[in-house]
Amino acid sequence: MRTRRRHRAIATMFAWAASLTIAFPLLWTLLTSFKTELEAVSFPPRFLSFDWTLANYRGILAEGDYLHSLVNSVIVAGGSSALVLALAIPAAWSMAFAPTHRTRGILLWMLSTKMLPPVGVFIPIFLFYRDWGLLDSRTGLVLLLAAANLPIAVWMLFSNFREVPGEILEASRMDGASLWQELVSVLAPLALPGIASTFFLVFTLAWNESFWTLNLVTTEATPLTAFIAAFSSPQGLFWARLSAASILSIVPVLLIGWLCQRQLVRGLTFGAVK
Amino acid sequence: MTAGVAIRQRSYLQGPGRLLLAPAILLLLAASIAPLLVTIKFSLSDYRLLFPDSSGFVGLSNYARLVASPDFVPALVNTLMLIAVVLAASIAGGLGLALLLDGPVIGRGGLRLLVISPFFVMPPVSALLWKNLLMQPVSGFFAWLAALFGLPAYDWFSHAPLLSIALIVAWQWLPFAALILLTSLQSFDRELREAAQLDGASAAAILRHLLLPHLARPIAIVVMIETIFLIGVFAEILVTTGGGTASTDLAFLVYSQAMLQYDIGAASAAGLVAVVFANILAIFLIRAVGRSLEA
Repeated sequence: MRTRRRHRAIATMFAWAASLTIAFPLLWTLLTSFKTELEAVSFPPRFLSFDWTLANYRGILAEGDYLHSLVNSVIVAGGSSALVLALAIPAAWSMAFAPTHRTRGILLWMLSTKMLPPVGVFIPIFLFYRDWGLLDSRTGLVLLLAAANLPIAVWMLFSNFREVPGEILEASRMDGASLWQELVSVLAPLALPGIASTFFLVFTLAWNESFWTLNLVTTEATPLTAFIAAFSSPQGLFWARLSAASILSIVPVLLIGWLCQRQLVRGLTFGAVK
Repeated sequence: MTAGVAIRQRSYLQGPGRLLLAPAILLLLAASIAPLLVTIKFSLSDYRLLFPDSSGFVGLSNYARLVASPDFVPALVNTLMLIAVVLAASIAGGLGLALLLDGPVIGRGGLRLLVISPFFVMPPVSALLWKNLLMQPVSGFFAWLAALFGLPAYDWFSHAPLLSIALIVAWQWLPFAALILLTSLQSFDRELREAAQLDGASAAAILRHLLLPHLARPIAIVVMIETIFLIGVFAEILVTTGGGTASTDLAFLVYSQAMLQYDIGAASAAGLVAVVFANILAIFLIRAVGRSLEA
């Protein structure tokens, strides 16, 4: 009994030490965000004995660049995720409840487009966007990020819908429900947890997407990824400011991630890990 | 009778079924297949943004120029090295963490939150934090750690830019590996494991003969999914080294050929090399995932 308790204490200690090490860069950033610039670069580093200040956060919030990018990130990630659901729910319905001999092939084809590296399509899309005035526009980003995340959403929803009993949908059809009613009033409520976690996964992926958002926008439509990338030089020398900006940029999706970690991580394996 | 109804139902549904599938397919065609075909065309044309009149079919000469250029082979090697280092580090670390968290620990929920966090950090943030707060050789945290042990500070980005970037990317993907493997470990049959313990199997033997075979499939899936994303590593390079032969991968090479040198033909050829590379890996993933469809 005692050895078992000791075993437990040792296992707990190692697990916490390892996990804190993994999270350390973020904890350190959080700490640095409350320092003055001078204390942030002091050597040896200060751990807790420094003058805690909110000046970095106040400074960033006062400047407006952050808020501008935050609004863009919310619109681009939210808009593209909504568009993804609007396309993926009907598609997944069709695959789960009205399958044909082509369904499996189409699913795999959709998945295969996800294997296409963005650089394989970057140049035509860039030139097309330039000619059509979609560069530096939120609409342009919404469309592209929706296309990028659509395969994952269709897969997640498809595996989710297959667990909904088809008889319920058939019963509603017998009762004369239209296809729209069947999707919105019958299927959506039944599959709501799956739809919600799909939304959160594609929202998170869109929020953090750092190829298109760095290459297709310059000033007007810059989301938070581009706001942070602008710190690469020489602003990156201001560590306390960089830290506060970083914390402000990652907090929304970090909260989402904490709330639905299991579904999000599993969703990314296309249902291959249960 | 019921079978007849089901079949009639099905055929009744095929019309709307096609209709509802069409928008998703159209968007994917427009955003992936169509531009891919245009990339192929560009890669066979002499197309430079500075000389817009010079476009014309030139066969494979873009590919020849690309392969002969001093940047290409390093970019290919860097891409492979980056993928190899990140996979090795994230899977070894993730496996270790998963085994620790699967043990009899107090506060597993809190541990999961700590471990998963890096996965949700956007790439430019993690790259800049690591480069400045941790790896900076004068007052970064690692320099202080080195000083504690009486070692000289290591200038990460001057001496080993690719390895530094790989470490940062590995930090982002380690949580993914850890959580997938933890999920899989927790679905492992406890009774089987306890029976082995009662029979006197050592922890190493249980890991080697029971757990690792059980984890083979999830590890394979982690390898493939990480690889899909690792072929496209871009932001971490842009905000830290900004390129250079020592840290440019294929994705960054396409960017610099097109956006900095305006050579659309060569950039398209490099993009297609990345596509072929990804496709070879994709064949394996489609097989593994396709199997789970039938299960």
